[in-house]
Amino acid sequence: MTHHNTLPLKYIDEYRDARLVKELAGKIQRETRHPWTIMEICGGQTHSILKFRLEDLLPPEITLIHGPGCPVCVTPTEKIDRAIDLAGRHGVILASFGDMLRVPGSETDLLSAKAAGGDVRMVYSPLDVLKIAGDNPTRQVVFFGVGFETTAPANALAVIEARNRGLKNFFLLSSHVLVPPAIRTLLNEGGGRIHAFLAAGHVCTVMGYEEYIPIAATYRTPIVVTGFEPVDILQGILHAVRLLAKKEYRVHNAYARAVKKEGNPAAKALIREIFQVTDREWRGMGTIPMSGLELSPAWAEFDAEKAFEFRVKKKHGAGKCLAGEVLQGKILPAQCAEFGKTCTPEHPLGAPMVSSEGTCAAYFRYGKYQNNRS
Amino acid sequence: MSARLFEKMIRPCLSNPWLDLSHDGAMIRLEGRRIAFSTDSYVIQPIIFPGGNIGELAVNGTVNDLACCGARPMYISLGLILEEGLEMEVLWKIICSVREAADRAGVKVVTGDTKVVDRGKADRIFINTSGIGIIGEETEVSPASCRPGDKILLSGKIAEHGIAIMSTRTGLEFDSPIVSDTAPLNHMVEKIMASGAGIRVMRDPTRGGVASALNEISRSCGYRFIIREKDIPVAGAVQGACEILGLDPLYIANEGKLLLIVDPGDEQKVLKIIRADPLGKEAACIGEVLDSRDKLVEMETVIGSTRIVDMISGEQLPRIC
Repeated sequence: MTHHNTLPLKYIDEYRDARLVKELAGKIQRETRHPWTIMEICGGQTHSILKFRLEDLLPPEITLIHGPGCPVCVTPTEKIDRAIDLAGRHGVILASFGDMLRVPGSETDLLSAKAAGGDVRMVYSPLDVLKIAGDNPTRQVVFFGVGFETTAPANALAVIEARNRGLKNFFLLSSHVLVPPAIRTLLNEGGGRIHAFLAAGHVCTVMGYEEYIPIAATYRTPIVVTGFEPVDILQGILHAVRLLAKKEYRVHNAYARAVKKEGNPAAKALIREIFQVTDREWRGMGTIPMSGLELSPAWAEFDAEKAFEFRVKKKHGAGKCLAGEVLQGKILPAQCAEFGKTCTPEHPLGAPMVSSEGTCAAYFRYGKYQNNRS
Repeated sequence: MSARLFEKMIRPCLSNPWLDLSHDGAMIRLEGRRIAFSTDSYVIQPIIFPGGNIGELAVNGTVNDLACCGARPMYISLGLILEEGLEMEVLWKIICSVREAADRAGVKVVTGDTKVVDRGKADRIFINTSGIGIIGEETEVSPASCRPGDKILLSGKIAEHGIAIMSTRTGLEFDSPIVSDTAPLNHMVEKIMASGAGIRVMRDPTRGGVASALNEISRSCGYRFIIREKDIPVAGAVQGACEILGLDPLYIANEGKLLLIVDPGDEQKVLKIIRADPLGKEAACIGEVLDSRDKLVEMETVIGSTRIVDMISGEQLPRIC
């Protein structure tokens, strides 16, 4: 789009430069020697790939498959059911981010809980929740905090700030997950179907990429850290192709404008102070050892899991929805019989159809299914 | 949700040839005169936002719906539902801006109704406005008149109203604040109509934004449209806010922008008229009607690839990371 009367949008426009895109696509065309499958972990990258139709620029030998990097998509049903349980209680205010509210639990979603009379608030920052807690001292205010390593520091900060402000009515229902254990799981179960990864630039901005170095070496799979704009993604793919061609199984940082090897030490220290690593169920992928964050014992007073008794029973089976297969890159959304028919962003059967980071929503929105359209 | 209620309950029950067109305003014939008639309710939060308030929004919204029927808006009604406890100075400010907006648009508020409801039964203030306007005998604007080769024009930068509202909710701050574009389009429309240019369709792309309006037109005329991302005017701060929140400006509400489809021979003439209007300085041709009857809207992206710009399904919700 054109930005009239303003300077170019810094860090955006130059990474959507048609000439640079063409140049990179040409290099990828020339340097690709074998059929290679590359998985981008992050849903934000998936959306960029579809929004800009980057696959149209790649040689047929390159297959992109889409990973589980959509925070609401991997949030287990049971956690959502717990949030819905809390939202329905008198005296509780349940706050979460926008796209979490529409993700179906085992029976319903948070927006429906709101329609049924629950006090559910959409927030843009965990610090907004502290204000709600301060303004409503007689209510119990629960923040349903989901996300990868990117959102964990801000949520940790909210917990610290709650203690500083002496808030006794603020609780965190934590469903944080970690990327590296998921990559290991995908590689353990993948049987060699993924040849290289694009790692998410924002996750690595926080965490750095030291954890990825042993993964690349052990599994002989190059990992390229990159960003979200067309130029970033193509640069990431080009580096992956070069590493694969040279059989170099290491990490390359193609997002040096934001990512340092060691990450952001202050943010990492916050995560370490507030959270501890635990086993966590990923929706559609099962339990992955040491892949989640929960509040550590020193902060247990803010832990919604401990402060409330839950009336939720564990339920199994996701019906006809194949979200788990999509999240692991085993199938494309259109290979699911429900896609675009009984499952649409308005009536999602599974989480990937809800979120602006979900793979099914990306395919639906950006017209990959146009031939099936009624 | 409201579209579904209309399709599933309201239209089946109340069906008639005018309602079934599901246009923002109805074009009817009254004792021989052609009249446009429209109504809209305003339930927004916050009621006072950067660049305006619910009062002028309620006037401009109905004025624009009438203008997009090719009508000259004349008279409007004002229905107020006030929640007990609404501060008198806030109400006064809103009423004054209703007055100013009506003066600016050249319409008269000729009837109205005021109800006060108990605290908790409304959200401070709800406004309904209805309006009527006169349509010239020779005026013919309807999607059915679209032809391949027609040009798609836009009167200025998009997504400002929606992002102005959202920035107050999110606490996003910008060096130069994003303000709502709420404004009456009827004077601009009148000049365009008076020029005799071939105008196929006019739309005021409010909720759902430019993308939804184009999809609706494409579905009712049957043709495929192409738009070019690089030609769509967006302010840098608006684009930046959209990037941060994970929103697409094409789907975000405008309250003072005109989207038109015109005869290709009249493209330059219409652009010149719009650009001469204070509300249309950044007007641009953003695309055209293609000779393909598959009811799709496609976009050439800034990097040169092409993708479908579909009707939005569900509302856009800000992303997590």
